[in-house]
Amino acid sequence: MSSAIESLVNKEYAYGFVTDVETDSIGRGLSEDVIRLISSKKNEPAFMLEWRLKAYRRWLTMKEPHWGNLHYEPIDYQNIIYYSAPKSVKPLQSLDEVDPELLRAYEKLGISLNEQKKLAGVAVDAIFDSVSVGTTMKEELSKYGIVFCSFGEAVQNHPELVERYLGTVVPHSDNFYAALNAAVFSDGSFCYVPKGVKCPMELSTYFRINSADTGQFERTLIIADEGASVSYLEGCTAPRRDTNQLHAAVVELIALDNASVKYSTVQNWYAGDSEGKGGIFNFVTKRGKCAGVNSKISWTQVETGSAITWKYPSVILQGDNSTGEFYSVAVVNNHQQADTGTKMIHIGKNTKSNIVSKGISAGHGNNSYRGQVKILPRATNARNYTQCDSMLIGNQCGAHTFPYIEVQNNTATLEHEASTSKIGEDQIFYCKQRGLSAEHAVSMIVSGFCREVFQNLPMEFAVEAQQLLGITLEGSVG
Amino acid sequence: MSEAVDALTKVGMMVADAISSENSPRASIEAYRRDFDEADKSSSEPQWLRSMRRSAMDTFESGGFPSMKNEDWHFTNIAPVAEHKFQPAKKGAAVSSEALARIEYGQDWHTVVFVNGRLAAPSQGLPAGLTITSLASEIEGDTDLIKRHFSKLATPESGTFTALNAAFAIDGAVIRLAADTVVEKPIHLVFVSDAGAEQAATHPHNLVFAERHSQATIIESFVAVGADVYFTNAVTEVFVADGARLSHYKLQRESQNAFHVGTLQVHQARDSRYESFSFATGAELSRTNVYTTLAGDAAEAVLNGLYMVDGKQHVDHQTRIEHVAPNCPSHELYKGILDGRSHGVFNGKVYVHPEAQKTDGKQSNNNLLLSDQARVDTKPQLEIFADDVKCTHGATVGRLDETALFYMRSRGIGTSQARRLLTYAFAADVLEKLELEPLKEALEAQVLERFTS
Repeated sequence: MSSAIESLVNKEYAYGFVTDVETDSIGRGLSEDVIRLISSKKNEPAFMLEWRLKAYRRWLTMKEPHWGNLHYEPIDYQNIIYYSAPKSVKPLQSLDEVDPELLRAYEKLGISLNEQKKLAGVAVDAIFDSVSVGTTMKEELSKYGIVFCSFGEAVQNHPELVERYLGTVVPHSDNFYAALNAAVFSDGSFCYVPKGVKCPMELSTYFRINSADTGQFERTLIIADEGASVSYLEGCTAPRRDTNQLHAAVVELIALDNASVKYSTVQNWYAGDSEGKGGIFNFVTKRGKCAGVNSKISWTQVETGSAITWKYPSVILQGDNSTGEFYSVAVVNNHQQADTGTKMIHIGKNTKSNIVSKGISAGHGNNSYRGQVKILPRATNARNYTQCDSMLIGNQCGAHTFPYIEVQNNTATLEHEASTSKIGEDQIFYCKQRGLSAEHAVSMIVSGFCREVFQNLPMEFAVEAQQLLGITLEGSVG
Repeated sequence: MSEAVDALTKVGMMVADAISSENSPRASIEAYRRDFDEADKSSSEPQWLRSMRRSAMDTFESGGFPSMKNEDWHFTNIAPVAEHKFQPAKKGAAVSSEALARIEYGQDWHTVVFVNGRLAAPSQGLPAGLTITSLASEIEGDTDLIKRHFSKLATPESGTFTALNAAFAIDGAVIRLAADTVVEKPIHLVFVSDAGAEQAATHPHNLVFAERHSQATIIESFVAVGADVYFTNAVTEVFVADGARLSHYKLQRESQNAFHVGTLQVHQARDSRYESFSFATGAELSRTNVYTTLAGDAAEAVLNGLYMVDGKQHVDHQTRIEHVAPNCPSHELYKGILDGRSHGVFNGKVYVHPEAQKTDGKQSNNNLLLSDQARVDTKPQLEIFADDVKCTHGATVGRLDETALFYMRSRGIGTSQARRLLTYAFAADVLEKLELEPLKEALEAQVLERFTS
């Protein structure tokens, strides 16, 4: 590699601190008793426990998927702590009751749960290890009839909604990790936007794994009823540890007639050190269902963290005229591996999907785009456009594209384009002779490369994503 | 009571019969094993070949037929081949000159005819520098060439059907182009299945050696003259030496009820150029593998294809371009026209090794769906481990452009005529890339005829 590009230095993971909060954990391992214990700790109604056990029994019969373009040591599922909660967590009446250590942790992360955020107009549900610790702006939202709370609270206060929608998009038997999640998930976020309501502010969740050896299994369920719309942000960090931690979350989105859901993620789990030691295994199932006519679901993701990412946010386009979107930037550096992409399943008539995926590989990273576009026989006039571009920085990394295009209706129109390129010497040279440093030039070229995706992020996230990208790639251009 | 038990036992026996009947992959593998052992017993082949065949047979037997869970066969259900018990082919009759003229589009090429997998008519009057022998004679002579190269590129380990071919291949063409030889007239290998191949399997195996700076055009035709249901499992191994240029066209025009699996494995040295074209209109189920390795600096590969199917035909193409050496360009364009209830599959991979800097890879697959029952599955893939590369791929699926149709109709061209013209134009785009003029014209005529009748 050229010396001109050889200049950026390694910056340490900024979110790698450990917060010393007393936790209420259960022992390692997984059994029906553990599931019963989790369920009873959460004081859940009977249908939840049954559902969990059904999922667990199914999970026992399933095999860990290995079709991804990923390589890692086998995971010992009996050596994971399936439930860990900050000890002080009781049903919280106000934020004042939150453990100050926790609040300081969130401040370090740049999210304060208090008034400042209120001014910014973002409602935050923060999930620390496996338990939701505080949801801001609840009152304001309840004026509109919007339910935004932790999953645990939703199970207590709105069991009918949970029972009706839980598992309707990602069934308990969907895949190995989804079944595991269904069995042991300890908390997550829940959001219900009633008929005709446009959610007046961005909703946000922040996930943090703090304890060692815990897995984080949260579950998010968002329902936009007829004519409703909501935009949801999700961010994630974890402390630096030199063992791998498992994160197997499930996100389900449901959009009924004329509803729209926009889900944005900035995923910055600890990625392991430069030797590839430690880091989070991010095995996540995210899926949305455009159940109603004219509905819309849009995924935007910026994936910069995790040792391994295995994630395919998908949309089932069931309602006629529904739209699915997927915008993604995935960055791998050092020894990170990402196998990510999307699935667009066209079932209804006149359904549209749009996929823009940008992969950046640096260091020894391997980045795979794996996507499926499926047009079923009834999906008349379906339309898909897919673009996936990869950029390689350095000659130790890899960029791979595995699209699956399956068409069973001749009125469909599909286009798939992919390209792979590198940052050209000539581009750097041009920037340098205009007075920009090589570092600046690279970051400018990279953000230009990702622009189409960043445009789809809410403002404050777009800024954060840009910075994250810079941090992740530092030291890679060498 | 006892009657009921009897009835149940009967049902049980019928079920057991059905399981071990001829219609299971296991039964057909066992049949292949029996045929193999019989041939092996009376074989007078050299020892090295016999042991290689035995191990290929073992590989085939233990691996079995691929299921749709196998990523390489994800969209193609091979069950019709796997569950069919094919016999060894009987000796065929000579092909009439009229039939041959039809197969050759009236051209005068260096033609070698194989009937039911065995050499029937060798080519006469070959120019200096070109030799064409048969695999059978090479085996009989136990030549060094065959020992060093038979099933070395397309290895038995690389797949079920190459293993099956290595176990059973008895004949095929062995083409040698001496260094600096330029052969003007195309070499035409014709594989005919006649009535003797009915319900039978043939396993042609060809070897092509293009020495340094040689140039030639090779055409492989697969046709039926009197056979209806049969299975062709062909393998062609091609070695393209430094600076050699080879055009290699495959015309798969098997009977509409036949099964065809063909593997083409190419090894390209420095500065070589290899152009492949796969034209597929025949067979109820066909699978064509085109694999090339760009092993030498600045070698170039061009892989094109056109598949055109109807009824309940299933046509599958899998291509793989391995960029091992730097500075290699590769271009690929596959087009498909699917009518009736047909099913088209394309699976193309461009693999760029870490050392293959300055790779320039382009891959496209376009599909036209003419009926509302036709379906397409396409999977163009890039796997890239070098950073200084330019690789793109694209895939489209769609039907005829309504606006284009409207435009033509507004100019007084009838709907059906307009549809035919547009379909032809879609195919012509890839046919234009054919460098062999008479073949191009013949295929264009064939496409036009298909859409005017």
